[in-house]
Amino acid sequence: MDLSAVSLDTAPGAPGAWCGHCGGPTSEGQHDSCVRMRELEPQRYCTQCRRRMKVQVVPQGWTATCIAHGSVEHSTWT
Amino acid sequence: MTTQVTDHDILATAREQVLERGEPLRYEQILAVLQTSDADLEGLLALAHEVRMRYQGPEVEVEGIVSLKTGGCPEDCHFCSQSGQFTSPVRSVWLNIPELVRAAKQTAATGASEFCIVAAVRGPDERLMEQLREGVAAIRAAVDIHVAASIGMLTQEQVDDLVDMGIHRYNHNLEAGRSYFPHVVTTHTWDERWDTCLMVKASGMELCCGGLVGMGETLEQRAELAAQLAELEPHEVPLNFLNPRPGTPFGDLEPMSANDALRTIAAFRLALPRTILRYAGGRELTLGDLGTRDGLLGGINAVIVGNYLTTLGRDPREDLALLQELNMPIKALNETL
Repeated sequence: MDLSAVSLDTAPGAPGAWCGHCGGPTSEGQHDSCVRMRELEPQRYCTQCRRRMKVQVVPQGWTATCIAHGSVEHSTWT
Repeated sequence: MTTQVTDHDILATAREQVLERGEPLRYEQILAVLQTSDADLEGLLALAHEVRMRYQGPEVEVEGIVSLKTGGCPEDCHFCSQSGQFTSPVRSVWLNIPELVRAAKQTAATGASEFCIVAAVRGPDERLMEQLREGVAAIRAAVDIHVAASIGMLTQEQVDDLVDMGIHRYNHNLEAGRSYFPHVVTTHTWDERWDTCLMVKASGMELCCGGLVGMGETLEQRAELAAQLAELEPHEVPLNFLNPRPGTPFGDLEPMSANDALRTIAAFRLALPRTILRYAGGRELTLGDLGTRDGLLGGINAVIVGNYLTTLGRDPREDLALLQELNMPIKALNETL
């Protein structure tokens, strides 16, 4: 699969049916604590399909990759 | 028979024994420090800071860490999200060499003098040793920074290989005091960890050896860890505060209180007056911004800058600004040789 061709609307970090922190459905329950936890943690679940992602944390950021929906990157500093 | 020691007694004793004579606190004394009240915390931290300044100076050693091999570890360290034995969301992943070098470059740009490469393993196999060898060579060719490693328990042959690679410092934590260790790890023993530490010390590499607090241990067991580290005399002690990870056996523990964490920092400083004492994982959760400052004024003289292995740290610009505000210069690379 060509991950560079993935649409932004279906990117693993875009708002979707699943919580990127706990993997639970965003339509059920509150995820306020998940949002707070994400300040100190990278995304672990794909928001589009709930797959656990491969996450690489480096000192300056992190990258999370879903096999179906591509990667999401976050840079702490440049 | 245990002698009742008052807060005033132990602080006065520590001042005379550690600050004036440079003699570390012993087990019973460390325990007495850990048992001091919140009312004495300010005085305790001030004393620990005086000790740090007298025996270590104002400089702060800055380090970056990165995970070369994440997750899928066969061991069952109950605090760790990288164990393959728990239902943690952390998946196995390897970092490639170009990204490793990039991380080292960006760490060095902060003024850091140390870059530690970590792998979640029981001990290294030949594939990991080869990846490390290639990565260390690439970093040394591109970046002016000391390279450290943390890849589990070692054989003597592997220790010798790390020396040949030019590894400056090796991290292998005791994690907990010997008596509490079986409650934390069952897949290997505290003595196996101790043996690796002794081999590293004998090799000429600097030994970095610390542990975690807030894992349900008693104050006696926390004091025991400090006393055992003092006996080992590592070059550096990284102090981690438990950050309870979902899916791990310790995932439901409450983070320790900020005051307990600060008392622990001061107690470890008084047990290890001449050792680098580094803020490691969990400080953001346990201490926050204000506590981070208090710890730097209470015995800490080294920090990990940026993110950790699977969790995120503070923005390094905030840490560096805090050090500047506190008049604590970053230890230069040539001063660490």
